[in-house]
Amino acid sequence: MSITPDQVSALEKRANDIRIDIVKSLAKAGTGHTAGPLDMADVFTVLYFHSMTHNPKKPNWDGRDRLVLSNGHICPVLYATMAHAGYFDIEKLDTLRELGSPLQGHPHREYLPGIETSSGPLGSGLSQAVGMALADRIDNGKTSGKFFYCLMGDGETNEGQIWEAAMLAGKEQLGNLICVIDRNNIQIDGFTEDIMPLEPYADKWEAFGFHTITIDGHNIEEIADAIDQGKAVFEKPTMIIARTISSKGVPAWERDFHWHGKPPKGDELQTALKALEK
Amino acid sequence: MLNPKLKLNADLFSEDCEKKATRNGFGEGLVAAGKKNKNVVALCCDLTESVRMHHFQEKFPERFVEVGVAEQNLASVASGMAAMGKIPFAASYAMFNPGRNWEQIRTTVCYNDVPVKIVGGHAGISVAQDGGTHQAIEDIAIMRVIPRMQVIYPCDAYQAELATRAIAETDAPTYIRLEKQKTRVITTPKTPFEIGKAQIMWEPETMSARVGIITAGSLTATVLDVAKHFEEKGIGVKVLNMHTIKPLDNDAVIDLAKETERIVTVEEHQKAGGLGSAVAELLSEIHPTKMKIVGVDDKFGESGTAGELLAKHGLDFDGIKSAVEEILK
Repeated sequence: MSITPDQVSALEKRANDIRIDIVKSLAKAGTGHTAGPLDMADVFTVLYFHSMTHNPKKPNWDGRDRLVLSNGHICPVLYATMAHAGYFDIEKLDTLRELGSPLQGHPHREYLPGIETSSGPLGSGLSQAVGMALADRIDNGKTSGKFFYCLMGDGETNEGQIWEAAMLAGKEQLGNLICVIDRNNIQIDGFTEDIMPLEPYADKWEAFGFHTITIDGHNIEEIADAIDQGKAVFEKPTMIIARTISSKGVPAWERDFHWHGKPPKGDELQTALKALEK
Repeated sequence: MLNPKLKLNADLFSEDCEKKATRNGFGEGLVAAGKKNKNVVALCCDLTESVRMHHFQEKFPERFVEVGVAEQNLASVASGMAAMGKIPFAASYAMFNPGRNWEQIRTTVCYNDVPVKIVGGHAGISVAQDGGTHQAIEDIAIMRVIPRMQVIYPCDAYQAELATRAIAETDAPTYIRLEKQKTRVITTPKTPFEIGKAQIMWEPETMSARVGIITAGSLTATVLDVAKHFEEKGIGVKVLNMHTIKPLDNDAVIDLAKETERIVTVEEHQKAGGLGSAVAELLSEIHPTKMKIVGVDDKFGESGTAGELLAKHGLDFDGIKSAVEEILK
């Protein structure tokens, strides 16, 4: 166990606060995606407040780990987590999706320091993380100690490019690459297994050469342990399949794929805040 | 006459003019760029020797990545490497790179503003026998429309070598278009090259120029043949080699248009969206000029010899000569 019970409680509280800021910023923006950001709040919290090496005051510090958010549409959770970590003022979350805001509808590298790559069009993040990991290996060898994180959605892995990148990551035995898939079982049109079945999902990643771990994506301790395992596995990239409940934290919205791509409107914000603030 | 300032190949019009493919010049330029800067890396899609990247692979194996037949991955892996400070040259055939991976180039390279160099080999209809599936004649259009993207189309092997070395020095995302077949060497190692600076390769010896021809790629040699033909008939022509299609050398185009009031463009590409379009977009706003765009007219290619195909689409000596005659009418 790499994490103490006190740390776990602090991270759980932090994840809940991040969820509150996610729904507030989405309600203010009036457009955007809700389900994914809410269900990935625990993973983001562990990454930014426990596992990753980074410095919010020096976002371009060369020694930082890199995080590539491949499914850019869940950026409200990235923004809220970065604000909590100190990259920018939490008040700025109110500008989500506004003209001139650093918080673009899908992340833009040039608009917000700390964003490693612009994303939104699905399927290209893993390739970019593979490229970064390869470049670091050229410069610093296999023991550089820098890690490259790639976060993806499960529906996103319908894209063929994901599997092109997976082949290359496996071939190159990128031990410095740690991926997390948000396995929330939903995508825009419905449930993943109805739209385009992914199972046996873990077997697929194993077959492509990944050390594959399936976890409860809302269990702080399991998330932290899986990332530690990923750091320890030297000869392979790691794939963490985080089983999550879409819209986690707001029971009225959980598991309902209709929340994939819409924001809270009217009374719905209060419904969410009531559930999250209790 | 050939512009003496450019120190062009004096044997250009002779039977035994040296022939060399632009891809070969690229291969040599890439090794030179790699020697100069350790951050230059190369990636290829199972066509390493064909695009002449194997010299770099042999010299710098630790800086070469074989990504397999996966062009979408190619572009985005290159983007990731560039984000870490590398200058990646990402190569395949133009039909697939940028043909197949346009959105990856748009988003992960240009929108991200990283210095990836997209290398499109075997471009144009003169890939010939392979047939229409492999003849990229839309690539200039789809690359030049993306903000930030530079587009370079060398006319011969030396220019390709210099262009490769030059683009390795810039931070701009860049597309470089290469050809498969051996073509006449027009320039020499003494010919200068600067990104974005078009070159007048032919100018009338005494008379004034009545037509300006703007061209790029290996057809530049044929265009020079045509210019020589008209010179001998007493008609002055100027030939502008536009090796950089984006950023277009606006001043050079406008000066030529003002001087001649007749512009012919020649390219091995669709008429839509290519060099001719770029020139027309500029002149229509700044100095509307009578124009002929010589290119493939909304058709696909097919199998045949390069000579047969170029003739069929009016891109041989006779076709270009006719276009000049027409604009003089």
